[in-house]
Amino acid sequence: MRNVLAWLGSTLFTAGLLTTAADASRAESLVFLSTQLRPIEEAQNMRKVILKDFPREVDYVTEQPPQLPVRIKAEQQGVTHTIDVVGALHGELQPLVPLDALVPLDDLAGQLNGRGIPDQLMTLGKFGTAHQLYIPWMQASYIMVANREALPYLPGGADINALGYDQLASWASAIQEKTGKRLLGFPAGPQGLMHRFFEGFLYPSYTGGVVVPFRSEAAEAMWAYFALLWKSVNPNSTSYNFMQEPLLSGDVWIGFDHIARMLDALRQKPDEFVAFPAPSGPKGRGYMPVLAGLAVVKGAPEMNGAMALIDYLDQPETQILTARSVGFFPVVKANLPPDLKPGLRLGANAIEKMQSAKDALPALLPIGLGQRGGEFDKVFMDTFQLVVLRGQKPRAVLDREAETLRRLMTETDAPCWQPDPPHTGACQVQ
Amino acid sequence: MTLRRAAFITGIVVLCAWTSVPIYLIALGAVGGRTVVNSWPKPFLPPADLSFGTMREFLDISGVWSSAFYSVEAAVLCMSFSILLGVPAGYALARFVFPGATTYRLLIVLTRAFPVAILALPLTVGFIRLGLYDTPLGVGLMHTTLALPFAVLVSASLFQAIPRELEEAAWVFGCSPVRGFLWVVLPLALPGVAATAIFAFVISWNEVFAASVLTVRHKTLTAYLLSVLSESPLHVQFAGGFVLIIPSVLFIFLVRKRLFSMWGIANR
Amino acid sequence: MRARYIPYLLIAPSLGFLTMLFFVPLAQTIALAFQADGIWSTENFARMAVDLNFTDAVVNTFEIVIIVVPLQLLLALAMAMMLQHVRAGRDIVLWIWSIPLGISDLAAGLVWLAILTDKGYLNTVLLALGVLSGPQSWLTYETPATLLAAIVVAELWRATAIVLVILVSGVQLIPKEYGEAAEVFGATPWQRFTRVTLPLLRPSIQTALILRTVLAFEMFAIVLSIGGRNFPVLVSEAFNWQYNQQDFGVAAAYAVIVMGVSLAATLVYLRVLRTPAEQR
Repeated sequence: MRNVLAWLGSTLFTAGLLTTAADASRAESLVFLSTQLRPIEEAQNMRKVILKDFPREVDYVTEQPPQLPVRIKAEQQGVTHTIDVVGALHGELQPLVPLDALVPLDDLAGQLNGRGIPDQLMTLGKFGTAHQLYIPWMQASYIMVANREALPYLPGGADINALGYDQLASWASAIQEKTGKRLLGFPAGPQGLMHRFFEGFLYPSYTGGVVVPFRSEAAEAMWAYFALLWKSVNPNSTSYNFMQEPLLSGDVWIGFDHIARMLDALRQKPDEFVAFPAPSGPKGRGYMPVLAGLAVVKGAPEMNGAMALIDYLDQPETQILTARSVGFFPVVKANLPPDLKPGLRLGANAIEKMQSAKDALPALLPIGLGQRGGEFDKVFMDTFQLVVLRGQKPRAVLDREAETLRRLMTETDAPCWQPDPPHTGACQVQ
Repeated sequence: MTLRRAAFITGIVVLCAWTSVPIYLIALGAVGGRTVVNSWPKPFLPPADLSFGTMREFLDISGVWSSAFYSVEAAVLCMSFSILLGVPAGYALARFVFPGATTYRLLIVLTRAFPVAILALPLTVGFIRLGLYDTPLGVGLMHTTLALPFAVLVSASLFQAIPRELEEAAWVFGCSPVRGFLWVVLPLALPGVAATAIFAFVISWNEVFAASVLTVRHKTLTAYLLSVLSESPLHVQFAGGFVLIIPSVLFIFLVRKRLFSMWGIANR
Repeated sequence: MRARYIPYLLIAPSLGFLTMLFFVPLAQTIALAFQADGIWSTENFARMAVDLNFTDAVVNTFEIVIIVVPLQLLLALAMAMMLQHVRAGRDIVLWIWSIPLGISDLAAGLVWLAILTDKGYLNTVLLALGVLSGPQSWLTYETPATLLAAIVVAELWRATAIVLVILVSGVQLIPKEYGEAAEVFGATPWQRFTRVTLPLLRPSIQTALILRTVLAFEMFAIVLSIGGRNFPVLVSEAFNWQYNQQDFGVAAAYAVIVMGVSLAATLVYLRVLRTPAEQR
């Protein structure tokens, strides 16, 4: 026992020495906390490639999205502030707004005027207030990916780049009939992005809106369709968080997910897969663009350094570097080089096709929900669980969930957002 | 007798296999890389071309070694505090009947009965105020609250099983109560104390949630790797899981003899 | 003559420590459960109870605890007794049996998922044995019975070592003479086990049961890995309300329920398994 104690004691001592040394070297660096680029390879890319040419030392720290508001709130209430720059998705930065934790970046926005960031994106960064609270960083969207083996089962005359939801259903059931397996997959796991599918793709395509027509007849028909479609879906979908895994292992032949969660499959076997836009419904081809932004936390120890880092990350060269590494695309005007790896090129093409489709119907991220974005998502996931997984009648479920949605909208006083028509005051469920 | 003995030995072997096969599978997934993890039917033997590449990637990542040190620091602190605070309390529960004993037991259990994930926000604020935020000491203290119930209750049950007469005999021979405790009771209770030490170290080493909530730049190894791993490809998760197992398994191996030191004494 | 204040002196450091680091934030969180918009109310509990996952979470959690804890106690008792009869390599066997202690919940969930998934190791073996002809799902919402069995097996594997280590340290303090005396008087091995060993092990069994049950009510990492959304339990729901819906009130309400149930179980164990004073 004494030997063990001696060994532990000396390890502790050495550890103490080494960590003090390590700490000293980190004293002057900027802390960049990000909820994006979390997986090891991406984070390493950020540290070793993207941040390499920035003049100051940056401590790149990743955080799980649900933890972000907790950590920021705790720092705001305490005395020590460690975080300088925060990089996160629009929906993840939103809970920080009512905390009054973000520094207005209007001056910096003015500086970045010539970079070509679309006005629509800059407006999103205001969160409906008068000030620029985050600067757009990078954008992405959701795509569908199919194994080439599934292509022969496409219904006759269907163009994969312009599918309708009915055609998707015929395709999936044809596969089920001929192979006996359910090979359509959705990310309905606990960390999956299924709610975005309903909010940004299915609802707009069928009803032309998200909140207002929540319990309309079109919505009822939509849920009936989806419950039927689910019969061709691999039941393990309720465990899928990232569609790249089941696609790579062949458990799923057709999948829908965020492009960053499909990239591994596209990169590993670009010859085996095709990427294509999400299908269209009666009201158009709904899709949801994803936007990540950079913000500065109030009380940041290195304010100037923070601004400089944001400026650097939004430079065209850095943006292209980021796109190469992680599958998020530039927000500034930057032409993607022709030598992009094939997997990434597949994804980029699919997104481009979706955005430029004739019937494209962009559905924006919720604005003005403050910290309660999660409750909004829960309405859709609960409806999914009750109607599709538990087989309840859509009408009753929709009416009940509409009550929850109504209460949420009234309490947050959130205005309607695209594609719902603008409305003064809180967005109303019809 | 031989048949019975054979059955007995089979039982032992089966139980050992039951425990170790999943570990072997983790190791397989770690070195097998993508091919093993995504294949069907799954192979039970490592592929001809082992790839330690993924694991080497980990060790290369900036911050892995320093977080390993933070983990060790926090775990040793947790172990020391748990024993220092828990063993006396266990002794009190075992030897004395006093008003409030049951309440105290319940309070101790209470600290494990409340999920630490929910305490995150008030804890973080509290720690910032105390200046413990983002330090291995803070993490060690937090882990001590997680390990303390084990320390108290296990040492209590241990002291209960050591006959009072031994101590009283020591007093008769002129030992003060404190010396009687240190020289007579404590050596007998060493297996329990060793068990407590193991629990405390392992609890601290494996604990992910509190460690990630309470640190920004001084993360423990588990918090660092696991929070990043949850979105990495499957084979990377296996590699990470495997890297994490090794130190705690080694630690338990180092102290295993302590758990058996009392066979001799029990044969009085 | 022991001074009356001595026990209080001995427990004071631990109490003080816990008050500062645990009870204060706990009180704040409990208060949160019973408040809505700043006024005392049970609205959070109401909202928790009507949620579609609430009943499932309660039923699932209790199912797991009621099935797993007794099984683990029996298994650990058997293992502890077997250990007594091992002569050579005893410490190696104990070391192997306590390895799962060193594995984090997430790693354990990962490996059991790999074993039980459609294209996992279990199905590979079943395929080789000819029982199956292709990948088979055990873990989906369409197969709730096998999902429960899977979680039970994984928990059994992961956490039996906790009970085992506590029992082993308790077993060793039982003097051999008692067992030898009983043997002299003609007691069979089973009688020796039930009449001599078990009663003397009572304090350790009580401790092991309390700790294991409390931990079992709190389990969620393995359930999340293996069951995903298909198997809600109390703590996974608490976690979801806290982090996805950012509703701290309802999350705290769930946590209060977990705490209440654990305390109730502890009280039951303390009563049923109490050691009479003479035995101390």
